[in-house]
Amino acid sequence: MYRFLGSIGFSVLAFCTTIGRITLFASGAISHIFRPPFYGRETLAQFMQIGFYSLPVVGLTALFTGAALALQIYSGGARFSAESVVPSIVAIGMVRELGPVLGGLMVAGRVSSSIAAELGTMRVTEQIDALVTLSTNPIKYLVAPRLLAATFAMPILVAVGDTIGILGGYLVGTGRLGFNSTNYLKNTIDFMEIGDVTSGLAKAAVFGFIIALMGCYHGYNSGRGAQGVGRATINAVVSASVMILAANYILTEVFF
Amino acid sequence: MISIKDVHKSFSNNNVLQGVNMEIAKGESMVIIGGSGTGKSVLLKCILGLENPDSGKITVGGKETNRGDRDVFLARFGMLFQNAALFDSLSVWQNVAFRLMRGPNKISKNDARDIAIEKLRRVGLKPEVSDKFPAELSGGMQKRVGLARAIAAEPEIIFFDEPTTGLDPIMSGVINELIREIVVEMGATALTITHDMSSVHSIADKVTMLHDGQVQWSGNIRELDNSGNPYLEQFINGHANGPIEAVR
Repeated sequence: MYRFLGSIGFSVLAFCTTIGRITLFASGAISHIFRPPFYGRETLAQFMQIGFYSLPVVGLTALFTGAALALQIYSGGARFSAESVVPSIVAIGMVRELGPVLGGLMVAGRVSSSIAAELGTMRVTEQIDALVTLSTNPIKYLVAPRLLAATFAMPILVAVGDTIGILGGYLVGTGRLGFNSTNYLKNTIDFMEIGDVTSGLAKAAVFGFIIALMGCYHGYNSGRGAQGVGRATINAVVSASVMILAANYILTEVFF
Repeated sequence: MISIKDVHKSFSNNNVLQGVNMEIAKGESMVIIGGSGTGKSVLLKCILGLENPDSGKITVGGKETNRGDRDVFLARFGMLFQNAALFDSLSVWQNVAFRLMRGPNKISKNDARDIAIEKLRRVGLKPEVSDKFPAELSGGMQKRVGLARAIAAEPEIIFFDEPTTGLDPIMSGVINELIREIVVEMGATALTITHDMSSVHSIADKVTMLHDGQVQWSGNIRELDNSGNPYLEQFINGHANGPIEAVR
């Protein structure tokens, strides 16, 4: 019994310790974003790496999700003669929920793992120690640019993804389900509010921050050897994905 | 120049440094030898402030290492890492000029590139290498680039962590000679960690042997082969039997 309670206590303490460490790591990195020197070139490079190179995966995910959503809503709506809601539900569903969440999860898989592997390898090969000896703060040089780039890149990625997702619904709606092209677009625009779009983009910014933070935290604190880097990569993707889903629920409660 | 007094450092239950005392004079080349896991690298990291000692005092030029402006403190050091620790994403010249292009005394990109190429030439690398990436170089060339980076800002103190690890005997000899030449030429204080006895003989003015987290022997390079210390004799002769346990 005592052993069982002890193991629960140990797990709770370990969880609280990790939360504390991540909070300290994040606050340290955020403070470096606002203090000189600023590494603009590194931030821009990360913006390209995180944002631009993630466009194909986010675009394809959004396209197929929008298309499948149109089919699902049409078939569900047909049960109570509400097929006409397809354009508006596809649009609202994409911009408020599916665009940011699925985009976030896809980018978490691509970017969190990449950041964790890169920083983990730098830790293992002493490149992070080398940065310190070269009078360069590794948090400022490696972590702050990634956090900043991901936070600003994700809303843009998701905005593009939302558009492609709605296009996916439009293609299926007009090509397979017999919707009139003009009416489909009119319904899409008429039923969508500016708040739907902005809430989705705000979610995307938070998800971007989470993705970069988890990648950086686990990579920066990677264990030794290939196994340590591998574990850091897994932890980064899993924790980023879970935190995105949890943050999505909290933000949805806040926004709506 | 560097004074280490009664420094202790533990990781969980592993007491790595157990009261290390050492003095390194200005312009002197000190080599630390000892088996794997005896605390050599940890000591070096403690001096640089990459690790904080649990107790004891480390001073450089009379100033404690953990006080004052870190950037000013670190600007006095150059370091060659065991596996060179070159930044994969930067070209060779950008690696060498890394410090020159950052901080309060940063210089223009063109000037930094010129200095980097000059330092690469100093370590025996042609200018054509400067635009390559570290992954395109052999181990020996990477070590040379690491050496060029360590001396690029002309530091007062240079650390060499296992400078010949992973190199063939000829390349090891080349690196050892380069280190000696550069240290003498720059008048820098040098601290080298190595297992390689040929490096010790090439580089050292003084030698210190660490064992079980303590200084087991310290003396002039000329006294190395006639020390009468059983630990040192076992280590330099590579005997399996002796006071140092072969299986640790």
